[in-house]
Amino acid sequence: MMSRTLWCSAVLLASSAMAPAAETHALIAQIKAVGKEGKGNVAAGKAWRELVQQGPAVLPEVLAGLDDASPIAANWLRSAVDAVAARALAAGTLAAAPLEGFVRDTKHAGHARRLAYEWLVKVDAAAPKRLLPGMVNDPGQELRREAVDVLLKQAQGLFDAKDEDAARAAYQKILEAARDHDQVKFAAQRLDKLGVTVDLTNHLGFITRWALAGPFDNVKGIGFRTAYLPERGVDLKAVYDGKDGRKVRWLEYTAEPPATVADLRKLGLVDLNKMFTDDKAGAAERMREATVYCYSVVEARARRPVEIRAGSNNALRIWLNGEEIFFREEYHHGVEIDQHVGKGTLRAGRNEILVKICQNHQDEAWARQWSFQLRICDAIGGAVPVTVVTQKLPSATGGE
Amino acid sequence: MNKQLAVSTAFLLFFAPILAAADVPQFRGTGGAGVADEKNLPTQWSDQENIRWKVALPGRGLSNPVIADGRAYVTAASGFEQKRLHVLCLDVKTGKQLWERQFWATGTTLCNPKTNMAAPTPATDGERVYALFATADLVCLDKHGDLVWYRSLAGDHPTIGNNVGMAASPTLWKDILIVPMENVGESFVAGIDANTGANRWRVERPRGINWTTPLVIDNGGKAEVILSTPGRFTAHNPATGKEVWRWDGECGSAPSPVAGDGMLFVPGGKLTALKLGNGAASPEVVWQNNKLATGYTSPTFYRGLVYTVSGRGVVSCTDPATGKVLWSERVDGTFSASPLAADGKIYVASEEGVVSVLQAGREARILATSSLPETFLASPVASDGALFLRSDKHLYCMRK
Repeated sequence: MMSRTLWCSAVLLASSAMAPAAETHALIAQIKAVGKEGKGNVAAGKAWRELVQQGPAVLPEVLAGLDDASPIAANWLRSAVDAVAARALAAGTLAAAPLEGFVRDTKHAGHARRLAYEWLVKVDAAAPKRLLPGMVNDPGQELRREAVDVLLKQAQGLFDAKDEDAARAAYQKILEAARDHDQVKFAAQRLDKLGVTVDLTNHLGFITRWALAGPFDNVKGIGFRTAYLPERGVDLKAVYDGKDGRKVRWLEYTAEPPATVADLRKLGLVDLNKMFTDDKAGAAERMREATVYCYSVVEARARRPVEIRAGSNNALRIWLNGEEIFFREEYHHGVEIDQHVGKGTLRAGRNEILVKICQNHQDEAWARQWSFQLRICDAIGGAVPVTVVTQKLPSATGGE
Repeated sequence: MNKQLAVSTAFLLFFAPILAAADVPQFRGTGGAGVADEKNLPTQWSDQENIRWKVALPGRGLSNPVIADGRAYVTAASGFEQKRLHVLCLDVKTGKQLWERQFWATGTTLCNPKTNMAAPTPATDGERVYALFATADLVCLDKHGDLVWYRSLAGDHPTIGNNVGMAASPTLWKDILIVPMENVGESFVAGIDANTGANRWRVERPRGINWTTPLVIDNGGKAEVILSTPGRFTAHNPATGKEVWRWDGECGSAPSPVAGDGMLFVPGGKLTALKLGNGAASPEVVWQNNKLATGYTSPTFYRGLVYTVSGRGVVSCTDPATGKVLWSERVDGTFSASPLAADGKIYVASEEGVVSVLQAGREARILATSSLPETFLASPVASDGALFLRSDKHLYCMRK
């Protein structure tokens, strides 16, 4: 195995051998200056061509430029890496060592390291076997995913051979390592078959305990655009004027566990149809054109960036500590785990999460869901440990 | 010179002077018509016959290849949650990959499982390829694979997207790329400078799902771009985006209209024939036929007749003057791909990989069927004596 010193030397050698470093830096900076609406495109295009002409010596620096590049600039830079590397590969001048050095340096962004890895394996077919076993807990989503894929193949062999103890251990390891929900689901299903109880709701960090306030009006979508009182500060003792003259109080809700271990869309599901009905006609009917607020408090050990990920077939807004971090006005076009992502920062200690869920007028059989699920995780989907704070509500009864 | 060829040649001179008649510059070829001026195309193929080359693609896609200057450009999407976007350039004669560029999705990748992020078809002027993805990532590369410019439309407008996926394709008019971006979020059509990627114009559009591709027509010597949205047609000056006329009526949200003989044929729950007005005058309905519902597929106007294929495989030939159905034939399969008219024949490709070839004209005749065991959702195109079929795994070139 190549030593770390050698890799670092190779990186330094490659980055200093051919391209004037200052010029390379300036070209990368020019590309990273691109903005919205095509701003900076012309200058970036010129810089891109000059950068690519410098050849493979610039690869480590361009890859490193991805670390703090905007998503727009990142696509400019990644295409430059591809162009340089493809031409160097064809010319036989694409060196493995600088690429491997970059891949192994976990200080760099996961997507940049993955890009370097993909070019590395084109010049060193043995690299995956050498690198992937050490990437099972990689901070980069795609590298970790491929490492977990290797484990899945190994576990499949144990499973097929009916070596149940070894298979259980293998799938437990996979469950701990996996972040992409398809791999998590597969491992959980296998563990279930092997007699291991898996609590994916907790494993993935779903919030299951909420206080709910509603219904408020959402005729013609007004509720999505109207800041009802809970948006101005949650008071669990408050009584609000709700839809059709109802008096609205906060209610307790605890999500039920899913019927099957890997029913991902049911994990932590808050089903508002079970809590709110329309009894205007004398019989309880499904609520239409209504808005409900859902509130939860969690305690975190330390301040840290998080992703609040949600799945819902309804229009929704999400606030973290009073700051809106996500909104989407779309109804009944499909629901998936993690389909909505809001980015924010957890404080050390108490954090408030408020979700507004709106139901529209549609009455088709496929358009009746009024629900959501929500979890707190890191940038690649790993659950962030928090403690849900039990809320003391003044009344166990619902809206009048 | 026959009438169809004259129309195509005039179109090329009027709208895209760089291209050759054999090129396929956009969704369904020149003018989006689904017509190719080709001869001696194969009507049958198998592993032993007429498959000149077959290239494995790095991911799925519903886009058809675009072809110019001996190069075929094709898009694909791959990876977990389809976050990897691909643009490939192949040598038309051999299928050899000349280059590939990849990009990271910056918009939502959620969609119905049937579609994917490489649903929109790119456009090319022979020197460059303009690739739009369902993530609202828009890439301009030159024919050598150098990045000319890049736009993240979802970065510009973060609410862009819908949970079923987007599929409308861009259309090139002179040096303006007309980019349809109708969705449930910020909804618009933009005229984007093909040289710089900057907006020349932008018109607001209704929010909702719309997969129809802009259609550029010659209306009395003036270019107009037709934008179709459910319930409304609007015609705009492609240089400025200014609305010229509008027509309210039934239009589908998936299939795109076609033009022929001073008429527009508007698919949807029924097929509507409109006679174009002069100047700002709205078109008039000539006929409507509710037996010609096309589902996802767009019609074709070829040698004075209109051809449609329903989702369940009913191919119909209709008199454009009267709306009278001259014949209908049922062919095998279910259909998302639009028909191709070329070489006096109509090619229809089923999702199950059965391509039926029918004789064009007033008499029904099925000439041949061939089958490939893959899923086909992309519309077939033809160029330079060859037929190109794109499955979810491969791009095929059929040539005698």
